[in-house]
Amino acid sequence: MTGSPGTRLIVGPFNRVEGDLEVTLDLADGVVAEARVTAPLYRGFEQILLGRPPTDALVIAPRICGICSVSQSVAAARALRGLAGVVPPANGRLAADLIVAAENAADHLTHFVLFFTPDLARACYADRPWFETARRRFAANSGEASRLLLPARTRFLHLMGLLAGKWPHSLALQPGGVTKAIDRGERMRLLAILAEFREALETHLFADRLERIAALASPAELDAWADAAPLDRGDFRLFLAIARDLGFERLGRGPGLFAASGSFDLFRPGIWSDGAHGEFDPAEVVEDVASAWMNGSTAAPFSGVTLPAPDKVGAYTWCKAPRLGGRVAEVGALARQVVDGHPLALALVGRSGGGAVLDRVVARLVELARLIPAMEAWVGALVPGEPFCVAANVGDGAAAGLVEAARGTLGHWLTVRDGRIGGYQIVAPTTWNFSPRDTAGQPGALEQALIGTPVRPGDAAPVAVQHVVRSFDPCMVCTVH
Amino acid sequence: MPQDRTFNVLWLQAASCGGCTMSALAAEDGGLMRALGRFGIRLLWHPSLSEESGAEAVAILDDVAAGRVALDGLCIEGAVLDGPDGSGRFQMLSGTGRSMKDWIKTLAPRARHVVAIGSCAAYGGVPSAGINPTDAVGLQFAAWEPGGALGGHFRSASGMPVINISGCAPHPGWVVETLAALALDDTNPDDLDTLGRPRAIADHLAHHGCSRNEFYEFKASAARPSDRGCLMENLGCRATQAPGDCNLRRWNGFGSCTDGGFTCINCTSPGFESPAGPFQETAKVAGIPVGLPVDMPKAWFVALAALSKSATPQRVRANAHADHVVVPPARRPPKLP
Repeated sequence: MTGSPGTRLIVGPFNRVEGDLEVTLDLADGVVAEARVTAPLYRGFEQILLGRPPTDALVIAPRICGICSVSQSVAAARALRGLAGVVPPANGRLAADLIVAAENAADHLTHFVLFFTPDLARACYADRPWFETARRRFAANSGEASRLLLPARTRFLHLMGLLAGKWPHSLALQPGGVTKAIDRGERMRLLAILAEFREALETHLFADRLERIAALASPAELDAWADAAPLDRGDFRLFLAIARDLGFERLGRGPGLFAASGSFDLFRPGIWSDGAHGEFDPAEVVEDVASAWMNGSTAAPFSGVTLPAPDKVGAYTWCKAPRLGGRVAEVGALARQVVDGHPLALALVGRSGGGAVLDRVVARLVELARLIPAMEAWVGALVPGEPFCVAANVGDGAAAGLVEAARGTLGHWLTVRDGRIGGYQIVAPTTWNFSPRDTAGQPGALEQALIGTPVRPGDAAPVAVQHVVRSFDPCMVCTVH
Repeated sequence: MPQDRTFNVLWLQAASCGGCTMSALAAEDGGLMRALGRFGIRLLWHPSLSEESGAEAVAILDDVAAGRVALDGLCIEGAVLDGPDGSGRFQMLSGTGRSMKDWIKTLAPRARHVVAIGSCAAYGGVPSAGINPTDAVGLQFAAWEPGGALGGHFRSASGMPVINISGCAPHPGWVVETLAALALDDTNPDDLDTLGRPRAIADHLAHHGCSRNEFYEFKASAARPSDRGCLMENLGCRATQAPGDCNLRRWNGFGSCTDGGFTCINCTSPGFESPAGPFQETAKVAGIPVGLPVDMPKAWFVALAALSKSATPQRVRANAHADHVVVPPARRPPKLP
């Protein structure tokens, strides 16, 4: 049951996250002293994939997740591509980038409107000066932001109808490119869809040009932009006013190591910690199973196995613990923008000392503002009549496919033997962020971020804890798969 | 039609990917909440949409379980996990110490209607593929077998079996229209097919309205991904067998699977997740596809296919093997009588 025997608080079902989540908090002196994050659903995709024809991964893997579906597709397609030795034509690459970017952009908007901001409209904030505005704009189900921006999201996803047949769960993304060639008329429709979405974002979310948001270069510039108009001029501005009042720049500090595999030739790959950039090397990834209901031992994904052990003593989640060179990493939009060297993102994590609730939400919206203009350019670069796909024959061997999903770095490690899938290991963004303690006792990124979060006496669902958890935009169905 | 009665829906995610919710959220005409609201449908709680979290959410479930709050529709998205060893522990409803299987069995008898959202909840779906590591089943079927989590004889308070809005993921319109018909008391057992699917959807085939129809008629077949030709002969398309009005309406404004250039995997049917061969290849015996169009005698198919191939216009043949129109239709003035 939800409740607090002594100083322990178990929070669940944790909604407005994708999938199932339970958080166990040990409290001391009015703050979280220790946190344990439980992913309570196991479906076994890595077992389901074994023995199947390799290209079946293009059907099965996307169905790990309904919100990062095409990211899962791309990871699978890239792993298969590695075994087919093919290079997609330029149109195929651009179309695939558009499909992934559309998912990332739609997910960022979904997170802000549906998952994160409704908590700012909770009755517990009724005494704040911004509450009436927050209630009007952000209230779950009835808020103006969702009434205006969800239809805009629906219209934006028409891009998926044109490029990928449908979303979620498309088979358009193939090792050799994409199955749908865009003709000249469809190219104009894509531009129209992007223009309409830009208009919705610039009207309701930002109340400013996307380029202006993307160019904000420091916390001082961000503050100045926020103060330049009344707080109801754009939901981003309203969020910033609330975040300042609630101290989001100090809440939920992450582990401080950021990792990203690079995306679209737009955001660079790499790692960042303590002010220093470095290389992201997938060979340094291991998964530790010390706290997971899994048998086996710490292993690199190519040699990893998935053996559920529901009665394992000392375990508390189905989630394995990925580590990068032995360290806990945070992935996601903030990681991407920090690694890419975006000046605002770098300054924010410099100030918070490793990423905070404010930093994560701001990075997501800055990324959204950067993605749409890039997508406009990619549509302009499509050349109708030129190929979108080449044939691909997948052979035996081992290959990895990495992609930046909305929530961060996603990797598929595939082994094919005798024309069948012999090994398939998936490390998803929230596997990184919501991992449990490892053999060395290191808590995962969220487990670290929750430490010090204030909890009022008798509060069974502490709102600050909810802000920290949702700031990561967790996708629990990807986490355990 | 103004609706003054409220139709309460409780929506839970069992072993799902969340994709059915994501699909439904892209409902046209002003968004999901307004599309449902027009019919008086109100969400008591939904895991992605509601404010209530933790103890507040559990209180809602407790109220429904105890009969303190009337439940018109229990919508379950995702398969029900029976494992390990019948315990249901592969999915615990967080914060409650109880399995999702247990919650569903508690809540289902309280509901006027029980609705399976998507093929996982209907038949088991993708989690039940392969070795089915979690003993995943649907609410009232395990693939083609009646049974599932609630049993083949289960009837909700309305006397209806579980209503299966199959599809992976289902079209948002299927969800909205099926719930709307329930809210208007406009659904009878006869409106469902033998697999619990609304016949309004399932009496059609995904093939109906396919934009590749001219290629199908002439058996001008795609040979590789992105070809414009018919996907049935080589690339595994099951649209001529798959129930659904998929190509009679648009997905995400403009699309459909076959319009997107890829094969129909018959995702509205039980067992679609475990085909005999690769999804994207057509199984054949002696060059004849094993999965023929439904209701079509094999001899007729073979004869018609041979005839139509011999009659294929050069334009259709050329375009079938390209990703764009390489030979446009001839331009000729109409013949005078």
